[in-house]
Amino acid sequence: MTSLPIAAPAKRRTPAKVLPGFNLTLGFTIFYLSLIVLIPLSALLFKTFTLTWDQFVTAVTGPRVMASYRLTFGASLIAALVNVFFGLLVAWVLVRYDFFGKKIVDALVDLPFALPTAVAGISLTALLAGNGWVGQYLEPMGIVLAFNPNGVVIALIFIGLPFVVRTVQPVLEDTEKELEEAATCLGATRWQTFSKVIFPSVAPALLTGFAMAFARAIGEYGSVIFIAGNMPMISEITPLIIIGKLEQYDYAGATAVALVMLVVSFVLLLVINALQTWQRRRSGAPA
Amino acid sequence: MSTGMTSKKVQAGTTEARWIRYSLIGLALTFMFLFLVLPLAAVFTEALRKGLDAYLEALQEPDAWSAIRLTLITAAIAVPMNLVFGVAAAWAIAKYEFKGKSVLTTLVDLPFSVSPVVAGLIYVLMFGAQGWFGPWLQAHDIKIIFAVPGIILATVFVTFPFIARELIPLMQAQGNDEEQAAIVLGATGWQTFWYVTLPNIKWGLIYGVILCNARAMGEFGAVSVVSGHIRGQTNTMPLHVEILYNEYQSVAAFAVASLLALLALVTLVIKSVIEWQHDKDMKASADTPPERPLASTPDALA
Repeated sequence: MTSLPIAAPAKRRTPAKVLPGFNLTLGFTIFYLSLIVLIPLSALLFKTFTLTWDQFVTAVTGPRVMASYRLTFGASLIAALVNVFFGLLVAWVLVRYDFFGKKIVDALVDLPFALPTAVAGISLTALLAGNGWVGQYLEPMGIVLAFNPNGVVIALIFIGLPFVVRTVQPVLEDTEKELEEAATCLGATRWQTFSKVIFPSVAPALLTGFAMAFARAIGEYGSVIFIAGNMPMISEITPLIIIGKLEQYDYAGATAVALVMLVVSFVLLLVINALQTWQRRRSGAPA
Repeated sequence: MSTGMTSKKVQAGTTEARWIRYSLIGLALTFMFLFLVLPLAAVFTEALRKGLDAYLEALQEPDAWSAIRLTLITAAIAVPMNLVFGVAAAWAIAKYEFKGKSVLTTLVDLPFSVSPVVAGLIYVLMFGAQGWFGPWLQAHDIKIIFAVPGIILATVFVTFPFIARELIPLMQAQGNDEEQAAIVLGATGWQTFWYVTLPNIKWGLIYGVILCNARAMGEFGAVSVVSGHIRGQTNTMPLHVEILYNEYQSVAAFAVASLLALLALVTLVIKSVIEWQHDKDMKASADTPPERPLASTPDALA
Protein backbone atom coordinates (compact mmCIF):
# COMPACT_ATOMS: atom_id res chain seq x y z
CA MET A 1 0.00 0.00 0.00
CA THR A 2 2.62 2.47 1.10
CA SER A 3 5.27 1.23 -1.28
CA LEU A 4 4.18 3.43 -4.19
CA PRO A 5 6.21 6.59 -3.79
CA ILE A 6 5.72 7.54 -7.44
CA ALA A 7 1.94 7.54 -7.25
CA ALA A 8 1.92 9.51 -4.01
CA PRO A 9 2.18 13.07 -5.36
CA ALA A 10 -0.80 12.52 -7.65
CA LYS A 11 -2.76 11.06 -4.76
CA ARG A 12 -1.82 13.99 -2.59
CA ARG A 13 -3.67 16.62 -4.59
CA THR A 14 -6.80 15.09 -6.09
CA PRO A 15 -8.73 14.11 -2.92
CA ALA A 16 -8.27 17.46 -1.22
CA LYS A 17 -9.96 19.12 -4.16
CA VAL A 18 -12.88 16.73 -4.51
CA LEU A 19 -13.95 15.57 -1.03
CA PRO A 20 -15.44 18.19 1.29
CA GLY A 21 -15.05 18.40 5.02
CA PHE A 22 -11.29 18.62 5.41
CA ASN A 23 -11.26 21.84 7.43
CA LEU A 24 -14.21 20.79 9.54
CA THR A 25 -12.94 17.34 10.48
CA LEU A 26 -9.29 18.31 10.93
CA GLY A 27 -10.28 21.37 12.93
CA PHE A 28 -12.55 19.37 15.21
CA THR A 29 -9.94 16.63 15.60
CA ILE A 30 -7.27 19.10 16.72
CA PHE A 31 -9.70 21.00 18.97
CA TYR A 32 -10.91 17.85 20.73
CA LEU A 33 -7.40 16.39 20.97
CA SER A 34 -6.14 19.60 22.57
CA LEU A 35 -9.03 19.84 24.98
CA ILE A 36 -9.01 16.24 26.21
CA VAL A 37 -5.37 15.20 25.84
CA LEU A 38 -2.81 17.90 25.09
CA ILE A 39 -3.80 20.71 27.46
CA PRO A 40 -4.33 18.38 30.46
CA LEU A 41 -1.03 16.64 29.75
CA SER A 42 0.74 19.99 29.55
CA ALA A 43 -0.64 20.74 33.02
CA LEU A 44 1.58 17.90 34.20
CA LEU A 45 4.60 19.56 32.68
CA PHE A 46 3.83 23.02 34.08
CA LYS A 47 3.11 21.67 37.53
CA THR A 48 6.50 19.97 37.53
CA PHE A 49 8.15 23.32 36.72
CA THR A 50 6.98 24.67 40.08
CA LEU A 51 9.58 22.35 41.64
CA THR A 52 13.25 23.22 41.76
CA TRP A 53 15.60 20.71 40.13
CA ASP A 54 16.72 19.40 43.53
CA GLN A 55 13.14 18.92 44.69
CA PHE A 56 12.33 17.12 41.47
CA VAL A 57 15.29 14.77 41.80
CA THR A 58 14.45 14.05 45.44
CA ALA A 59 10.84 13.32 44.51
CA VAL A 60 11.66 10.91 41.71
CA THR A 61 14.65 9.13 43.28
CA GLY A 62 13.50 8.54 46.84
CA PRO A 63 14.26 5.00 48.05
CA ARG A 64 10.60 3.96 48.00
CA VAL A 65 10.17 5.36 44.49
CA MET A 66 13.33 3.64 43.26
CA ALA A 67 12.11 0.33 44.69
CA SER A 68 8.83 0.82 42.84
CA TYR A 69 10.65 1.43 39.53
CA ARG A 70 12.61 -1.78 40.01
CA LEU A 71 9.41 -3.72 40.66
CA THR A 72 7.37 -2.08 37.89
CA PHE A 73 10.03 -2.40 35.19
CA GLY A 74 11.29 -5.79 36.34
CA ALA A 75 7.85 -7.38 36.61
CA SER A 76 6.75 -5.80 33.32
CA LEU A 77 9.84 -7.16 31.59
CA ILE A 78 9.35 -10.69 32.92
CA ALA A 79 5.64 -10.63 32.10
CA ALA A 80 6.26 -9.35 28.57
CA LEU A 81 8.90 -12.05 27.97
CA VAL A 82 6.52 -14.76 29.19
CA ASN A 83 3.93 -13.32 26.85
CA VAL A 84 6.35 -13.40 23.92
CA PHE A 85 6.84 -17.13 24.40
CA PHE A 86 3.23 -18.10 25.09
CA GLY A 87 1.85 -15.49 22.70
CA LEU A 88 3.84 -16.98 19.83
CA LEU A 89 2.75 -20.45 20.90
CA VAL A 90 -0.95 -19.53 21.05
CA ALA A 91 -0.78 -17.62 17.74
CA TRP A 92 1.01 -20.56 16.12
CA VAL A 93 -1.50 -23.09 17.37
CA LEU A 94 -4.44 -20.91 16.29
CA VAL A 95 -3.07 -20.30 12.79
CA ARG A 96 -1.48 -23.64 11.94
CA TYR A 97 -3.49 -26.35 13.67
CA ASP A 98 -7.12 -27.42 13.79
CA PHE A 99 -8.70 -28.51 17.00
CA PHE A 100 -12.07 -28.61 18.68
CA GLY A 101 -13.26 -25.26 20.02
CA LYS A 102 -10.65 -23.25 18.13
CA LYS A 103 -13.01 -20.35 17.40
CA ILE A 104 -13.91 -20.02 21.09
CA VAL A 105 -10.26 -20.09 22.11
CA ASP A 106 -9.53 -17.44 19.49
CA ALA A 107 -12.30 -15.21 20.83
CA LEU A 108 -11.16 -15.75 24.42
CA VAL A 109 -7.70 -14.36 23.70
CA ASP A 110 -9.20 -10.86 23.87
CA LEU A 111 -10.69 -11.39 27.33
CA PRO A 112 -8.01 -9.27 29.06
CA PHE A 113 -8.98 -6.36 26.77
CA ALA A 114 -12.65 -6.69 27.64
CA LEU A 115 -12.56 -7.68 31.31
CA PRO A 116 -12.32 -4.67 33.64
CA THR A 117 -8.94 -4.66 35.36
CA ALA A 118 -10.43 -4.54 38.87
CA VAL A 119 -12.40 -7.72 38.15
CA ALA A 120 -9.26 -9.43 36.86
CA GLY A 121 -7.43 -8.27 39.97
CA ILE A 122 -9.85 -9.63 42.56
CA SER A 123 -10.41 -12.85 40.66
CA LEU A 124 -6.70 -13.62 40.25
CA THR A 125 -6.27 -12.85 43.94
CA ALA A 126 -9.10 -15.19 44.86
CA LEU A 127 -7.46 -17.95 42.80
CA LEU A 128 -3.93 -17.54 44.10
CA ALA A 129 -4.50 -16.65 47.75
CA GLY A 130 -3.68 -19.38 50.26
CA ASN A 131 -7.27 -20.63 50.33
CA GLY A 132 -7.94 -20.24 46.58
CA TRP A 133 -8.40 -22.92 43.92
CA VAL A 134 -4.79 -22.73 42.79
CA GLY A 135 -3.15 -21.26 45.89
CA GLN A 136 -4.20 -24.10 48.17
CA TYR A 137 -2.10 -26.54 46.13
CA LEU A 138 0.85 -24.24 45.54
CA GLU A 139 1.34 -22.85 49.03
CA PRO A 140 2.13 -26.19 50.72
CA MET A 141 4.85 -26.57 48.08
CA GLY A 142 6.29 -23.23 49.12
CA ILE A 143 5.15 -21.37 46.00
CA VAL A 144 3.43 -18.13 47.03
CA LEU A 145 1.94 -16.21 44.11
CA ALA A 146 -0.28 -13.68 45.89
CA PHE A 147 0.52 -10.60 47.99
CA ASN A 148 4.14 -10.43 46.81
CA PRO A 149 6.02 -9.44 43.61
CA ASN A 150 5.11 -12.80 42.02
CA GLY A 151 1.49 -11.70 42.05
CA VAL A 152 2.41 -8.53 40.18
CA VAL A 153 4.03 -10.62 37.43
CA ILE A 154 0.97 -12.91 37.19
CA ALA A 155 -1.42 -9.97 36.85
CA LEU A 156 0.79 -8.36 34.20
CA ILE A 157 0.98 -11.60 32.21
CA PHE A 158 -2.82 -11.65 32.17
CA ILE A 159 -3.04 -8.01 31.06
CA GLY A 160 -0.43 -8.32 28.30
CA LEU A 161 -1.52 -11.67 26.88
CA PRO A 162 -3.53 -10.47 23.84
CA PHE A 163 -0.89 -8.05 22.53
CA VAL A 164 1.64 -10.60 21.28
CA VAL A 165 -1.00 -13.02 19.99
CA ARG A 166 -2.82 -10.32 18.05
CA THR A 167 0.30 -8.81 16.48
CA VAL A 168 1.86 -12.16 15.52
CA GLN A 169 -1.32 -13.90 14.32
CA PRO A 170 -1.92 -11.89 11.10
CA VAL A 171 1.77 -12.12 10.16
CA LEU A 172 1.77 -15.89 10.60
CA GLU A 173 -1.38 -16.10 8.49
CA ASP A 174 0.36 -14.21 5.69
CA THR A 175 3.61 -16.19 5.66
CA GLU A 176 4.04 -17.99 2.37
CA LYS A 177 3.88 -21.75 2.53
CA GLU A 178 6.01 -21.84 -0.63
CA LEU A 179 9.05 -20.63 1.31
CA GLU A 180 8.68 -23.47 3.79
CA GLU A 181 8.21 -25.96 0.98
CA ALA A 182 11.33 -24.64 -0.69
CA ALA A 183 13.26 -24.96 2.57
CA THR A 184 12.09 -28.55 2.97
CA CYS A 185 12.96 -29.39 -0.63
CA LEU A 186 16.42 -28.01 -0.05
CA GLY A 187 16.84 -30.44 2.82
CA ALA A 188 16.08 -28.32 5.88
CA THR A 189 14.68 -30.06 8.91
CA ARG A 190 11.41 -28.74 10.31
CA TRP A 191 13.28 -27.00 13.13
CA GLN A 192 15.68 -25.35 10.69
CA THR A 193 12.73 -24.18 8.61
CA PHE A 194 11.14 -22.70 11.70
CA SER A 195 14.22 -20.98 13.07
CA LYS A 196 15.67 -19.80 9.73
CA VAL A 197 12.55 -19.12 7.65
CA ILE A 198 9.44 -18.67 9.77
CA PHE A 199 10.89 -17.05 12.87
CA PRO A 200 12.71 -14.20 11.06
CA SER A 201 9.48 -13.29 9.28
CA VAL A 202 7.49 -13.02 12.53
CA ALA A 203 10.32 -11.48 14.57
CA PRO A 204 9.34 -7.82 13.94
CA ALA A 205 5.73 -8.54 14.93
CA LEU A 206 6.94 -10.41 17.99
CA LEU A 207 9.06 -7.44 19.01
CA THR A 208 6.14 -5.04 18.46
CA GLY A 209 3.89 -7.24 20.59
CA PHE A 210 6.55 -7.37 23.28
CA ALA A 211 6.88 -3.59 23.35
CA MET A 212 3.09 -3.15 23.52
CA ALA A 213 2.70 -5.65 26.34
CA PHE A 214 5.60 -4.04 28.19
CA ALA A 215 4.20 -0.52 27.75
CA ARG A 216 0.77 -1.59 28.95
CA ALA A 217 2.26 -3.43 31.94
CA ILE A 218 4.24 -0.41 33.14
CA GLY A 219 1.14 1.75 33.49
CA GLU A 220 -1.16 -0.98 34.77
CA TYR A 221 -2.88 -0.29 38.07
CA GLY A 222 -6.28 -1.95 38.57
CA SER A 223 -5.38 -5.60 38.24
CA VAL A 224 -2.12 -5.30 40.17
CA ILE A 225 -3.06 -3.54 43.38
CA PHE A 226 -5.36 -6.31 44.61
CA ILE A 227 -2.84 -9.10 44.21
CA ALA A 228 0.37 -7.21 45.02
CA GLY A 229 -0.09 -6.78 48.76
CA ASN A 230 1.31 -3.25 48.30
CA MET A 231 4.09 -3.43 50.88
CA PRO A 232 6.41 -0.38 50.67
CA MET A 233 9.82 -1.21 49.18
CA ILE A 234 8.67 -4.74 48.30
CA SER A 235 5.49 -4.92 46.28
CA GLU A 236 4.50 -1.33 45.61
CA ILE A 237 4.20 -0.39 41.93
CA THR A 238 4.97 3.10 40.61
CA PRO A 239 1.34 4.08 39.81
CA LEU A 240 0.51 3.29 43.43
CA ILE A 241 3.30 5.64 44.57
CA ILE A 242 1.54 8.42 42.64
CA ILE A 243 -1.78 7.60 44.32
CA GLY A 244 -0.06 7.48 47.72
CA LYS A 245 1.49 10.92 47.21
CA LEU A 246 -1.85 12.31 46.05
CA GLU A 247 -3.58 10.99 49.14
CA GLN A 248 -1.03 12.86 51.25
CA TYR A 249 -1.75 16.03 49.20
CA ASP A 250 1.82 15.93 47.84
CA TYR A 251 0.64 17.09 44.41
CA ALA A 252 4.09 18.23 43.25
CA GLY A 253 5.70 14.92 44.22
CA ALA A 254 2.93 12.92 42.53
CA THR A 255 3.31 15.04 39.42
CA ALA A 256 7.07 14.55 39.30
CA VAL A 257 6.77 10.76 39.42
CA ALA A 258 3.92 10.92 36.89
CA LEU A 259 6.14 12.93 34.55
CA VAL A 260 8.80 10.22 34.70
CA MET A 261 6.17 7.62 33.81
CA LEU A 262 4.79 9.81 31.03
CA VAL A 263 8.23 10.25 29.47
CA VAL A 264 8.83 6.50 29.62
CA SER A 265 5.49 5.73 27.99
CA PHE A 266 6.04 8.37 25.32
CA VAL A 267 9.43 6.87 24.45
CA LEU A 268 7.84 3.43 24.31
CA LEU A 269 5.10 4.76 22.03
CA LEU A 270 7.72 6.08 19.62
CA VAL A 271 9.60 2.78 19.76
CA ILE A 272 6.39 0.88 18.98
CA ASN A 273 5.65 3.21 16.07
CA ALA A 274 9.14 2.69 14.67
CA LEU A 275 8.80 -1.08 15.09
CA GLN A 276 5.47 -1.08 13.26
CA THR A 277 6.91 0.93 10.38
CA TRP A 278 9.81 -1.50 10.17
CA GLN A 279 7.44 -4.46 10.25
CA ARG A 280 5.22 -2.97 7.54
CA ARG A 281 8.20 -2.24 5.34
CA ARG A 282 9.50 -5.79 5.75
CA SER A 283 6.21 -7.45 5.00
CA GLY A 284 5.31 -4.95 2.28
CA ALA A 285 8.63 -5.14 0.46
CA PRO A 286 8.55 -7.29 -2.67
CA ALA A 287 10.47 -10.52 -2.22
CA MET B 1 -8.85 -42.39 4.01
CA SER B 2 -6.42 -42.72 1.14
CA THR B 3 -6.79 -39.08 0.17
CA GLY B 4 -6.10 -38.20 3.78
CA MET B 5 -2.87 -40.18 3.62
CA THR B 6 -1.65 -38.51 0.46
CA SER B 7 -2.48 -35.02 1.62
CA LYS B 8 -0.64 -35.75 4.84
CA LYS B 9 2.40 -36.87 2.90
CA VAL B 10 2.31 -33.75 0.76
CA GLN B 11 2.00 -31.60 3.87
CA ALA B 12 4.72 -33.37 5.80
CA GLY B 13 7.28 -30.76 4.78
CA THR B 14 5.24 -27.87 6.09
CA THR B 15 3.87 -29.19 9.36
CA GLU B 16 5.14 -31.00 12.41
CA ALA B 17 5.01 -34.56 13.64
CA ARG B 18 1.72 -35.44 15.27
CA TRP B 19 3.15 -35.64 18.82
CA ILE B 20 4.66 -32.17 18.50
CA ARG B 21 1.38 -30.77 17.21
CA TYR B 22 -0.58 -32.29 20.04
CA SER B 23 1.85 -31.19 22.73
CA LEU B 24 1.93 -27.63 21.37
CA ILE B 25 -1.87 -27.49 21.30
CA GLY B 26 -1.94 -28.97 24.79
CA LEU B 27 0.56 -26.46 26.14
CA ALA B 28 -1.24 -23.49 24.56
CA LEU B 29 -4.63 -24.64 25.85
CA THR B 30 -3.26 -25.24 29.35
CA PHE B 31 -1.84 -21.72 29.41
CA MET B 32 -5.15 -20.27 28.18
CA PHE B 33 -7.07 -22.32 30.72
CA LEU B 34 -4.93 -21.23 33.66
CA PHE B 35 -4.74 -17.56 32.75
CA LEU B 36 -8.13 -16.88 31.14
CA VAL B 37 -10.74 -19.54 31.89
CA LEU B 38 -9.95 -20.03 35.57
CA PRO B 39 -10.11 -16.31 36.50
CA LEU B 40 -13.37 -15.96 34.61
CA ALA B 41 -14.86 -19.03 36.28
CA ALA B 42 -13.64 -17.82 39.68
CA VAL B 43 -15.67 -14.59 39.36
CA PHE B 44 -18.96 -16.45 39.00
CA THR B 45 -18.13 -19.14 41.55
CA GLU B 46 -17.17 -16.61 44.20
CA ALA B 47 -20.29 -14.56 43.44
CA LEU B 48 -22.54 -17.60 43.92
CA ARG B 49 -20.62 -18.99 46.89
CA LYS B 50 -23.46 -18.34 49.29
CA GLY B 51 -26.21 -19.22 46.87
CA LEU B 52 -28.38 -17.41 44.38
CA ASP B 53 -30.36 -15.52 47.02
CA ALA B 54 -27.29 -13.89 48.53
CA TYR B 55 -26.13 -13.05 45.01
CA LEU B 56 -29.39 -11.35 44.05
CA GLU B 57 -29.58 -9.59 47.38
CA ALA B 58 -26.10 -8.14 46.87
CA LEU B 59 -27.17 -6.76 43.51
CA GLN B 60 -30.27 -5.09 44.93
CA GLU B 61 -28.36 -2.95 47.37
CA PRO B 62 -29.00 0.78 46.71
CA ASP B 63 -25.25 1.56 46.55
CA ALA B 64 -24.80 -1.14 43.92
CA TRP B 65 -27.68 0.35 41.95
CA SER B 66 -26.28 3.85 42.05
CA ALA B 67 -22.89 2.47 40.93
CA ILE B 68 -24.56 0.72 38.00
CA ARG B 69 -26.46 3.89 37.12
CA LEU B 70 -23.32 6.04 37.22
CA THR B 71 -21.41 3.55 35.07
CA LEU B 72 -24.18 3.56 32.47
CA ILE B 73 -24.37 7.38 32.46
CA THR B 74 -20.59 7.68 32.09
CA ALA B 75 -20.47 5.28 29.16
CA ALA B 76 -23.53 6.91 27.57
CA ILE B 77 -21.71 10.24 27.46
CA ALA B 78 -18.11 9.15 26.88
CA VAL B 79 -18.74 6.70 24.03
CA PRO B 80 -20.75 9.07 21.78
CA MET B 81 -18.17 11.81 22.33
CA ASN B 82 -15.36 9.54 21.19
CA LEU B 83 -17.53 8.22 18.39
CA VAL B 84 -17.94 11.69 16.88
CA PHE B 85 -14.24 12.34 17.37
CA GLY B 86 -13.27 8.96 15.92
CA VAL B 87 -15.27 9.50 12.73
CA ALA B 88 -13.98 13.07 12.29
CA ALA B 89 -10.36 12.08 12.95
CA ALA B 90 -10.56 9.08 10.62
CA TRP B 91 -12.10 11.24 7.85
CA ALA B 92 -9.37 13.85 8.18
CA ILE B 93 -6.48 11.38 8.48
CA ALA B 94 -7.60 8.71 6.01
CA LYS B 95 -9.07 10.83 3.24
CA TYR B 96 -6.46 13.57 2.90
CA GLU B 97 -2.72 14.08 2.86
CA PHE B 98 -1.37 16.93 4.94
CA LYS B 99 1.71 18.00 6.81
CA GLY B 100 2.11 16.55 10.29
CA LYS B 101 -0.30 13.70 9.63
CA SER B 102 1.90 11.06 11.21
CA VAL B 103 2.41 13.26 14.28
CA LEU B 104 -1.34 13.67 14.59
CA THR B 105 -1.86 9.90 14.29
CA THR B 106 0.69 9.31 17.03
CA LEU B 107 -0.97 11.89 19.28
CA VAL B 108 -4.36 10.22 18.79
CA ASP B 109 -2.80 7.00 20.08
CA LEU B 110 -1.13 8.72 23.01
CA PRO B 111 -3.81 8.07 25.66
CA PHE B 112 -3.32 4.32 25.17
CA SER B 113 0.22 4.51 26.44
CA VAL B 114 -0.45 6.86 29.34
CA SER B 115 -0.93 5.07 32.65
CA PRO B 116 -4.55 5.33 33.86
CA VAL B 117 -3.33 6.82 37.12
CA VAL B 118 -1.50 9.59 35.24
CA ALA B 119 -4.66 10.13 33.17
CA GLY B 120 -6.63 10.76 36.34
CA LEU B 121 -3.91 12.95 37.82
CA ILE B 122 -3.83 15.40 34.91
CA TYR B 123 -7.48 16.28 35.46
CA VAL B 124 -6.86 16.78 39.16
CA LEU B 125 -4.09 19.21 38.20
CA MET B 126 -6.49 21.04 35.89
CA PHE B 127 -9.70 21.13 37.91
CA GLY B 128 -8.74 20.09 41.45
CA ALA B 129 -8.86 22.51 44.38
CA GLN B 130 -5.19 23.42 43.80
CA GLY B 131 -5.35 23.08 40.03
CA TRP B 132 -5.34 25.67 37.25
CA PHE B 133 -9.07 26.27 37.27
CA GLY B 134 -9.60 25.22 40.89
CA PRO B 135 -10.18 28.67 42.44
CA TRP B 136 -12.42 29.81 39.58
CA LEU B 137 -14.49 26.63 39.77
CA GLN B 138 -14.84 26.98 43.52
CA ALA B 139 -15.93 30.60 43.19
CA HIS B 140 -18.65 29.53 40.78
CA ASP B 141 -19.57 26.48 42.85
CA ILE B 142 -18.84 24.01 40.05
CA LYS B 143 -17.51 20.60 41.05
CA ILE B 144 -15.56 18.56 38.52
CA ILE B 145 -13.05 16.59 40.59
CA PHE B 146 -14.60 14.18 43.12
CA ALA B 147 -17.80 14.52 41.11
CA VAL B 148 -19.42 13.02 38.02
CA PRO B 149 -17.90 15.40 35.40
CA GLY B 150 -14.38 14.37 36.44
CA ILE B 151 -15.29 10.70 36.12
CA ILE B 152 -16.66 11.31 32.64
CA LEU B 153 -13.57 13.31 31.59
CA ALA B 154 -11.17 10.64 32.83
CA THR B 155 -13.20 7.97 31.02
CA VAL B 156 -13.19 10.00 27.80
CA PHE B 157 -9.41 10.25 28.06
CA VAL B 158 -8.71 6.54 28.51
CA THR B 159 -11.14 5.51 25.76
CA PHE B 160 -10.08 8.36 23.45
CA PRO B 161 -8.33 6.38 20.64
CA PHE B 162 -10.57 3.28 20.46
CA ILE B 163 -12.92 4.24 17.62
CA ALA B 164 -10.46 6.42 15.70
CA ARG B 165 -7.84 3.69 15.57
CA GLU B 166 -10.39 1.13 14.29
CA LEU B 167 -11.60 3.49 11.56
CA ILE B 168 -8.35 5.04 10.30
CA PRO B 169 -6.80 1.89 8.76
CA LEU B 170 -10.20 0.75 7.50
CA MET B 171 -10.94 4.03 5.69
CA GLN B 172 -7.38 4.21 4.37
CA ALA B 173 -7.72 0.74 2.87
CA GLN B 174 -11.00 1.65 1.19
CA GLY B 175 -9.58 4.72 -0.50
CA ASN B 176 -11.53 7.66 -1.89
CA ASP B 177 -12.90 6.30 -5.17
CA GLU B 178 -16.47 5.72 -4.07
CA GLU B 179 -16.72 9.06 -2.28
CA GLN B 180 -15.28 10.88 -5.27
CA ALA B 181 -17.77 9.18 -7.54
CA ALA B 182 -20.63 10.25 -5.25
CA ILE B 183 -19.43 13.87 -5.21
CA VAL B 184 -19.00 13.93 -8.97
CA LEU B 185 -22.55 12.61 -9.33
CA GLY B 186 -23.79 15.58 -7.30
CA ALA B 187 -24.09 14.28 -3.74
CA THR B 188 -23.41 16.68 -0.87
CA GLY B 189 -20.71 15.93 1.67
CA TRP B 190 -23.22 14.64 4.22
CA GLN B 191 -25.01 12.48 1.67
CA THR B 192 -21.70 11.01 0.62
CA PHE B 193 -20.86 10.22 4.23
CA TRP B 194 -24.27 8.71 5.08
CA TYR B 195 -24.86 6.68 1.94
CA VAL B 196 -21.35 5.80 0.79
CA THR B 197 -18.82 5.92 3.62
CA LEU B 198 -20.95 4.81 6.55
CA PRO B 199 -22.17 1.52 4.99
CA ASN B 200 -18.54 0.70 4.16
CA ILE B 201 -17.25 1.29 7.67
CA LYS B 202 -20.23 0.11 9.72
CA TRP B 203 -18.62 -3.09 11.01
CA GLY B 204 -15.44 -1.32 12.04
CA LEU B 205 -17.54 1.35 13.67
CA ILE B 206 -19.58 -1.11 15.74
CA TYR B 207 -16.39 -2.96 16.61
CA GLY B 208 -14.77 0.22 17.89
CA VAL B 209 -17.90 1.27 19.79
CA ILE B 210 -18.25 -1.99 21.72
CA LEU B 211 -14.56 -2.06 22.65
CA CYS B 212 -14.75 1.59 23.69
CA ASN B 213 -17.86 0.85 25.72
CA ALA B 214 -16.28 -2.11 27.49
CA ARG B 215 -13.32 -0.01 28.53
CA ALA B 216 -15.51 2.96 29.50
CA MET B 217 -17.62 0.82 31.82
CA GLY B 218 -14.65 -1.06 33.24
CA GLU B 219 -12.10 1.71 33.73
CA PHE B 220 -10.65 1.68 37.22
CA GLY B 221 -7.33 3.51 37.66
CA ALA B 222 -8.14 6.86 36.07
CA VAL B 223 -11.62 7.03 37.56
CA SER B 224 -10.28 6.02 40.96
CA VAL B 225 -8.04 9.11 41.07
CA VAL B 226 -10.79 11.64 40.24
CA SER B 227 -13.78 10.02 41.91
CA GLY B 228 -13.26 10.65 45.61
CA HIS B 229 -15.04 7.34 46.32
CA ILE B 230 -18.22 8.81 47.73
CA ARG B 231 -20.56 5.89 48.23
CA GLY B 232 -23.80 6.14 46.33
CA GLN B 233 -22.62 9.27 44.53
CA THR B 234 -19.28 8.97 42.75
CA ASN B 235 -18.72 5.23 42.74
CA THR B 236 -18.73 3.47 39.41
CA MET B 237 -19.11 -0.31 39.30
CA PRO B 238 -15.36 -1.11 39.34
CA LEU B 239 -14.84 1.29 42.26
CA HIS B 240 -17.76 -0.25 44.10
CA VAL B 241 -16.18 -3.68 43.59
CA GLU B 242 -13.00 -2.38 45.19
CA ILE B 243 -14.77 -0.93 48.23
CA LEU B 244 -16.79 -4.10 48.84
CA TYR B 245 -13.69 -6.24 48.40
CA ASN B 246 -11.67 -4.18 50.84
CA GLU B 247 -14.52 -4.46 53.33
CA TYR B 248 -14.31 -8.26 53.03
CA GLN B 249 -17.80 -8.43 51.52
CA SER B 250 -16.54 -11.02 49.08
CA VAL B 251 -19.89 -12.23 47.75
CA ALA B 252 -21.16 -8.70 47.14
CA ALA B 253 -17.88 -7.66 45.48
CA PHE B 254 -17.91 -10.64 43.15
CA ALA B 255 -21.62 -10.20 42.46
CA VAL B 256 -21.01 -6.71 41.04
CA ALA B 257 -17.84 -8.02 39.37
CA SER B 258 -19.88 -10.78 37.72
CA LEU B 259 -21.99 -8.14 35.96
CA LEU B 260 -18.81 -6.60 34.58
CA ALA B 261 -17.56 -10.05 33.57
CA LEU B 262 -20.85 -10.64 31.75
CA LEU B 263 -20.35 -7.33 29.97
CA ALA B 264 -16.90 -8.54 28.90
CA LEU B 265 -18.34 -11.82 27.62
CA VAL B 266 -21.09 -10.06 25.67
CA THR B 267 -18.44 -7.75 24.21
CA LEU B 268 -16.36 -10.73 23.10
CA VAL B 269 -19.39 -12.45 21.53
CA ILE B 270 -20.41 -9.34 19.56
CA LYS B 271 -16.80 -8.80 18.53
CA SER B 272 -16.44 -12.39 17.28
CA VAL B 273 -19.74 -12.24 15.40
CA ILE B 274 -18.57 -9.05 13.66
CA GLU B 275 -15.26 -10.68 12.75
CA TRP B 276 -16.95 -13.78 11.34
CA GLN B 277 -19.38 -11.57 9.44
CA HIS B 278 -16.48 -9.58 8.05
CA ASP B 279 -14.65 -12.75 6.98
CA LYS B 280 -17.80 -13.92 5.23
CA ASP B 281 -18.12 -10.59 3.41
CA MET B 282 -14.47 -10.76 2.40
CA LYS B 283 -14.89 -14.27 1.05
CA ALA B 284 -18.04 -13.29 -0.83
CA SER B 285 -16.31 -10.35 -2.47
CA ALA B 286 -13.27 -12.50 -3.25
CA ASP B 287 -15.55 -14.98 -5.05
CA THR B 288 -17.13 -12.37 -7.29
CA PRO B 289 -14.98 -11.56 -10.30
CA PRO B 290 -13.25 -8.17 -10.08
CA GLU B 291 -14.74 -5.48 -12.27
CA ARG B 292 -11.46 -3.70 -12.53
CA PRO B 293 -8.33 -5.79 -12.07
CA LEU B 294 -6.20 -2.69 -11.56
CA ALA B 295 -8.48 -1.17 -8.94
CA SER B 296 -5.61 -0.70 -6.53
CA THR B 297 -3.97 2.05 -8.58
CA PRO B 298 -6.85 4.11 -9.97
CA ASP B 299 -5.25 7.41 -9.04
CA ALA B 300 -2.54 6.89 -11.60
CA LEU B 301 -5.26 7.24 -14.24
CA ALA B 302 -6.76 10.41 -12.82
